[in-house]
Amino acid sequence: MKWTHCTLAGLLVVATLWPHASIAKTLVYCSEGSPENFNPQLDLTGTSYDAEQPIYNNLVEFKLGTTEIIPGLAESWDISADGLIYTFHLRKGVKFHKNHLFTPTRDFNADDVIFSFERQWKDTNPYHNVSGGTYYYFADMSFPKLLKSIEKLDDYTVQFTLTEPQAPFLSDLGMNFTSILSAEYADVLMKQGKPELIDQDPIGTGPFEFVQYQKDALIRYKKFPDFWGPKAKLDGLVFAITKDPSVRLAKLQAGECQVSSYPTPADLPAIKADPKLQLLDQPGLNIGYLAFNTLKKPFDDKRVRLAVTMAIDKQAILAAVYQGAGQPAKNLIPPTVLGFNDAIQDYPHDVAAAKKLLAEAGLPDGFETDLWAMPVQRPYNPDARRVAELIQADLAAIGVKAHIVTYEWGEYIKRVNLGEPMLAENGWTGDNGDPDNFYTELLSCAAARIGGSNASKWCNKDFDALINRAARLTDPAARAELYRQAEVIQHDEQPIYLIAHSITYVPLLKTVKGYKMSPLSRHQFDDVDLE
Amino acid sequence: MLKLLLGRAALLVPTFFGVTLLSFALIHLVPGDPVAVRVGEHGVPPEQLAAMRHTLGIDQPLWKQFLDYEVQVLHGNLGTSIVSQDSVWHEFITLFPATLELALSAMLFATLIGLPLGVVAAVRRGSVLDYGLMGVSVAGASMPIFWWGLILILVFSEWLGWTPVSGRIAPNFYIDGGTGFYLIDALFYSDDPGTFRSVLSHLVLPTIVLGTIPLAVIARMTRSAMLEVLGEDYIRTARAKGLSEFRVVTVHALRNALIPVITVIGLQIGALLAGAILTETIFSWPGVGYWLVQSVDRRDYPVLQGGVLLVASLVMLVNLTVDLTYGLLDPRIRR
Amino acid sequence: MSVATASPVEPGPISQIWQGFRTNRGAVAGLLLLTILCFVALFAGVLAPHSPIEQFREALLRPPIWQAGGSWEFPLGTDDLGRDMLSRLMIGARLSLIIGLVVVTLSLGFGIVLGLTAAFAGGVLDAAVMRLMDILLAFPSLLLAIVVVSILGPSLTNAMLAVAIVTLPAYTRLARAAALAELGRDYVTASRAAGAGPLRLMLLTVLPNCAAPLIVQATLGFSNAILEAAALGFLGMGAQPPTPEWGTLLADGRHYMERAWWIVTFPGLSILITVLAFNLMGDGLRDALDPKLKR
Repeated sequence: MKWTHCTLAGLLVVATLWPHASIAKTLVYCSEGSPENFNPQLDLTGTSYDAEQPIYNNLVEFKLGTTEIIPGLAESWDISADGLIYTFHLRKGVKFHKNHLFTPTRDFNADDVIFSFERQWKDTNPYHNVSGGTYYYFADMSFPKLLKSIEKLDDYTVQFTLTEPQAPFLSDLGMNFTSILSAEYADVLMKQGKPELIDQDPIGTGPFEFVQYQKDALIRYKKFPDFWGPKAKLDGLVFAITKDPSVRLAKLQAGECQVSSYPTPADLPAIKADPKLQLLDQPGLNIGYLAFNTLKKPFDDKRVRLAVTMAIDKQAILAAVYQGAGQPAKNLIPPTVLGFNDAIQDYPHDVAAAKKLLAEAGLPDGFETDLWAMPVQRPYNPDARRVAELIQADLAAIGVKAHIVTYEWGEYIKRVNLGEPMLAENGWTGDNGDPDNFYTELLSCAAARIGGSNASKWCNKDFDALINRAARLTDPAARAELYRQAEVIQHDEQPIYLIAHSITYVPLLKTVKGYKMSPLSRHQFDDVDLE
Repeated sequence: MLKLLLGRAALLVPTFFGVTLLSFALIHLVPGDPVAVRVGEHGVPPEQLAAMRHTLGIDQPLWKQFLDYEVQVLHGNLGTSIVSQDSVWHEFITLFPATLELALSAMLFATLIGLPLGVVAAVRRGSVLDYGLMGVSVAGASMPIFWWGLILILVFSEWLGWTPVSGRIAPNFYIDGGTGFYLIDALFYSDDPGTFRSVLSHLVLPTIVLGTIPLAVIARMTRSAMLEVLGEDYIRTARAKGLSEFRVVTVHALRNALIPVITVIGLQIGALLAGAILTETIFSWPGVGYWLVQSVDRRDYPVLQGGVLLVASLVMLVNLTVDLTYGLLDPRIRR
Repeated sequence: MSVATASPVEPGPISQIWQGFRTNRGAVAGLLLLTILCFVALFAGVLAPHSPIEQFREALLRPPIWQAGGSWEFPLGTDDLGRDMLSRLMIGARLSLIIGLVVVTLSLGFGIVLGLTAAFAGGVLDAAVMRLMDILLAFPSLLLAIVVVSILGPSLTNAMLAVAIVTLPAYTRLARAAALAELGRDYVTASRAAGAGPLRLMLLTVLPNCAAPLIVQATLGFSNAILEAAALGFLGMGAQPPTPEWGTLLADGRHYMERAWWIVTFPGLSILITVLAFNLMGDGLRDALDPKLKR
């Protein structure tokens, strides 16, 4: 029995270091849920991405704390003049992790890049159907349509050819679903007859190695000493999975974890008042809004939309529902994203003006409408039901009778996208920090089709032209100017009523140094240190 | 005896089939499907949604899905989780030891305290002690365990700091492999004696919370069974023979009173698996109960169907064992 | 959940039962508690100092009267939205009693129908009903309730329906066992010989004699229904806010446990006391109705 052997030594260690039994510097992060598995190609949730982030790298990465693209596993890249060909020059000397099943015999090279993409793309790839074969993001970002070919020019050069120019393509390559897996590990597992382990027992090139997953309880990582970039300052990292937010806070205050996630707005004052804790915040990469169905009367009339806009008391919603965890929205995109138009003045809360507009539109006595609210909490909307109740009361003040409708979440989104409601609460969380990801998904003519994610089914030629051009340009300043112009059109036409961007908070102990908040709401520990 | 066993075992088969049918029907009645839940606000083109549904096999007509599932189960394959892509059996086997450890320790707690309480109450019948113990018992049986757990956490973990807030073990203790039963693993698979203490301290509150109702039931059952036995003729004979009261109670009375009590203990194990859901939720205990509730949320059909099947089979097995044990122990039935 | 044994009862006068009941101090205490509870539930509208859903924005998280900062305006304190705890608890009492009543009526009613039919019909029908009950019992009860609520949508009504379905098997089995025991008796054979039809036999002859264990089970069923519905409310699948069902109150107040212990303690205590009262009464009834334990 190991215990009897090490008793004396163990007791000595314990005696000097109780209650922390490990000498190494380990940070414990209280996470809000279990990851789906350990392959970001298959996953959709931020919870899973957080768990995968320490293990993997991409061709390009987002600079910590920003949406700026910096080199990752690709040291440099060239983009052809027509924007169709991207040539990546891969970094040399990058090592993969090892585990009890696999020891790498070679460094990272182009084969790994080809494998990581072809697995999701080609159903002829032997790994395509492993673990279910549904690569949601790959499909959702339209990669099967966008990619024409991926070629290995030599061991350290890979060339992507697109079917049409797409400025956000580089940002897409920074997203988790394009993480680079080890082709050699894949081969080894396939020979051993256990291919699905690639998604459960992960190998990557990242700053931390995966050690252990106790399902629904703990994830353990340890520092990867051969990491190609700046080595992690922590020796170990543990995710303590704690679903209940008040329990997370209790653990943080007890020192059982040093970083926590997603506090409830009600706990914020307590966190701010606690001398041991610091609270970081950042506007989330999301938007909560109310969509007017512009295909249904009377919301096809701009005056009616403006009347409703001015009748709603945005401040009251932010105070009562978001309780400090939200920022009133005046653009579709949050202020951290390229193309934010600060010059826009939000509409005032003006009941008299609203009534006047309604009268002008020929509806002096108001009208009846439905008002859809989702039954679940979303990152951009903590309590849709309550928001609906407040809006209902505001609308009653100008003579508009709204009755609240809800459906089960999957059903809700399906019907909203089909164009059933007149007025519906909706929202969006950005995938890659690019403005195109918001504008095209939510307000483009293409998305206004029945079943598309443009809930207001609004199609404006000028607006559409602007955002389409912006999607093809590569110069950020030029794109920003186009998006600002587009925002002005949107503001004038009001196809949607912008409510708020939620604010994400990260509470941590003051002994944690170097933690930066990610605009994509990821929790990253590459650069973190514990004093 | 064998006839009894075979008869009961034969009944299991249609029940088994019925359980799969019911769980299949119920989970497919829940609106929404796993694809819609995962995709969220994204306006994924309908062709892609259809392709995803086809890959998961959920676009087939329901009767066909059900038959495919039954065939699959008969081959010993419980399917793969839609969310994690791990096999349902593997997920269950990983999580079940946590639930079992909790259930067994709650049962042990309930028996070790409930039995003596019941005996004492029966022996001291009518006294203040009897009323007191039975009063506490009834209160225990009436306890809303989700509230009881919160109160215990508030007092012992937050105000007094004696016990940890949640989970099975503190993150800084490392157990490498093992059975999944942390009390055992902490002794054999870890180099650090602190590990055992950590596991024990995490087990205390959940055990008390989950074991409160069984404790009350066992105490009351023991008391009424003892009372019945103590009034029997042979007890009076034993007393007349001059045997000490202690011997009369423990050797003669208790042995016979135990029969119905053991039945109750066995049946409580089945009820414990249900109570585990609430306890696991409050204490973030990574067990089967929490796993099943999550699968409803996420519409993870294979997990819910397979999980319910496994749990139901377990409960049926336990009940069968209890019935058989009762039959073996009670001489009146054996004849 | 304890199940009463089906034992035969001589049809005796109510006063005999009441005598037996009276001697059990616990049972009387239970009855007293329940009377108070029913009174509060019936007159909650008048007794409650405030509306249970009205928010007093200036009085958020006020402590109860005996703590510093408490006042007579809100004797048991207020919650995070400034709603009076006492009023919410009182309306919650009404809701809990309604829950118990609805659930027990539904499951007792259907249970009697199914159980008696199975006992009388025998053969295939009997086997089918019993298999169905076995299947329902094989499910962990809370999980079954959660799935039913997921199908129907979270609300108090659906929670009641779910709990009724989950508790159905116990009543069915009890009714069937009691009926089977009676069916062999002389007076039944005599009635049958006298030409009584099966329906008359079931309802007028056999049922009154099975009443005792069913009544005991129903009383205990009340407490069980309240507990299960509260559990569903606690998991967010029962009554939705702002409905002040006790389990929902616990779910709402859980986040404020540290700062405002009263939001969590009082609803839980209310559940405990109510369930306790029913259990005490149920025990007393069982002792009074079952001659075997009369000593």
